[in-house]
Amino acid sequence: MTDTTTRDDSADAAAVATPELEAVNERQKRRRGLWLALPAWVYLAVFFAIPLAIVFVYSFATRNRFGGTDLSGWNLDSYRALGGDLVRAVLVRSVVLAVITTVICLVISYPFAYFMATRSTRTRNLMLVMVMIPFWTNFLVRNYAWYVILGTDGPLSTITETVGLGETRFLFTQTAVVLGLVYGFLPFMILPLYASIERIDGRLLEASRDLYATGAQSFRRVLLPLSMPGIVAGSILVFIPSLGAYVTPVILGGAKTTLLGGYIVTQFLEARNWPFGAALSSVLMIIMLGATVVYFRKGGQTL
Amino acid sequence: MAGENITEPRGATKWLLRANASFVYIFFYIPILVLIVFSFSDNRNVGVWGGFTLDWYRDFAESDNTREALWNSVQIGLVATVISVVLGTASALALERFKFRGRAVFDALLYLPIIIPDVTMAVMMLLFFSEAAELFGFSKGFATITLSHIAFSISFVSVVVRARLGGMNDRLEEAAMDLYATRWQAFRYVTLPLIMPGILGGGLLALTLSLDDVVITQFVTGPGWTTLPVYVFGLIRKGVTPLINAVSVVMLVASTILVVLSLIAQRIRGGDTV
Repeated sequence: MTDTTTRDDSADAAAVATPELEAVNERQKRRRGLWLALPAWVYLAVFFAIPLAIVFVYSFATRNRFGGTDLSGWNLDSYRALGGDLVRAVLVRSVVLAVITTVICLVISYPFAYFMATRSTRTRNLMLVMVMIPFWTNFLVRNYAWYVILGTDGPLSTITETVGLGETRFLFTQTAVVLGLVYGFLPFMILPLYASIERIDGRLLEASRDLYATGAQSFRRVLLPLSMPGIVAGSILVFIPSLGAYVTPVILGGAKTTLLGGYIVTQFLEARNWPFGAALSSVLMIIMLGATVVYFRKGGQTL
Repeated sequence: MAGENITEPRGATKWLLRANASFVYIFFYIPILVLIVFSFSDNRNVGVWGGFTLDWYRDFAESDNTREALWNSVQIGLVATVISVVLGTASALALERFKFRGRAVFDALLYLPIIIPDVTMAVMMLLFFSEAAELFGFSKGFATITLSHIAFSISFVSVVVRARLGGMNDRLEEAAMDLYATRWQAFRYVTLPLIMPGILGGGLLALTLSLDDVVITQFVTGPGWTTLPVYVFGLIRKGVTPLINAVSVVMLVASTILVVLSLIAQRIRGGDTV
């Protein structure tokens, strides 16, 4: 955002144009906007909104004996099945791991974002690019890299054995999954936090110190409340994908650590219980929509 | 916000902040470095060093499976990128420059594919294409994968182009039209060059996302249409070989180049007029 010029009101144009002409103009402009948006509108309606609706419909359907789905005879069986022990264990585990991931990301990212926001413009831009690169590099590959590091005879184990700590057994544990999730989603926390801290007027912090606030007080009473939108945005952006994560638990968690994402995939590709899988997806979407509402209430903006 | 004298952290806090920042970068880049190093290791075990070799890269280049998967990925990526750039740019222009009926709903609809978890999107596309296949009778493959990729890429292109448009004002277009440019000429010669960096950046982003996607592709693919990430994911699940290290490094290098290009593109100022 290098351009600071703002549009001034087109008062000079309005002075010449009659109100009628203005109204015609306005209507034309609206129609033009609609035509421009129409292709993407239609595309997203067909290939996003309809699929979304189909998932909800399927969640009320019945699975027949052959693994197919019976769309007649709507019922709530799939939602009732959510109360089962196995499902509950998967749900609880997913939520717990997602919360842990979010908290760790927040703790690491906040000081980092603050540090970055207080650097010179040049350093700041460089630091930002260095965060962006892993952010957009292949997610699968980044998880696989941890598989290599954490393996029984991988580099980490070699190091700990040389030091005399014995071999490490991180791979296929929940710790490994959290590590992979933090690694994957850390930039989602850093970027919105940075954006919101960077916007804070540094003079407010100065003023609080002038009024004899200690560093801790100034942090708690000034910096923290002002950066709240960033905290909320970052937490949601980390929590949602962590909750739905599929690739990370499969690669780093092994068979024992099934999370919600993997469980949903199993319903479709292996168990062939599509209505139940659809119900699980619907739950995930409802959580996501709830989080989005919170996000906008807190005055968040898109990334 | 800039650091000023009294608010500038001192002592332990200052060092903790520095240490934390170094830690973040080490954490980000160590795994990538480890992967690159071990892709040159002459040992069947993926995490054990066994001397330098280029064998795994040769295997990658000579394997029909990886070559075919790579080619599939590239075809899908290019088609999906071109279509999502057109649709995404048009929607960005509509949202930034015009008011129209249903604008708020459209805005929300564009926002959803960005935040929806990929598993959910994968399920949506699977059910949708299964229903559609029953109605119209087609087989899954290139078309279903590409259509799904476009469905999530439009939003990302739109966000990037909007960021670019938001930083401009429309007085230049008005000036062009005052000078008797037609609406199309004003767009073609004024607006388009100015937002080109955004379009390029968004396009490269769309290409990266398409080349990276595993989950959604895996759900909507058909026989003969394995993309490179799906192929690698399959290999990892079956049993790891150092070939994966080499393929991963190739993918890593490709996506890093695309990201850097995308960042450079977004930085270029379209002309020096604004």
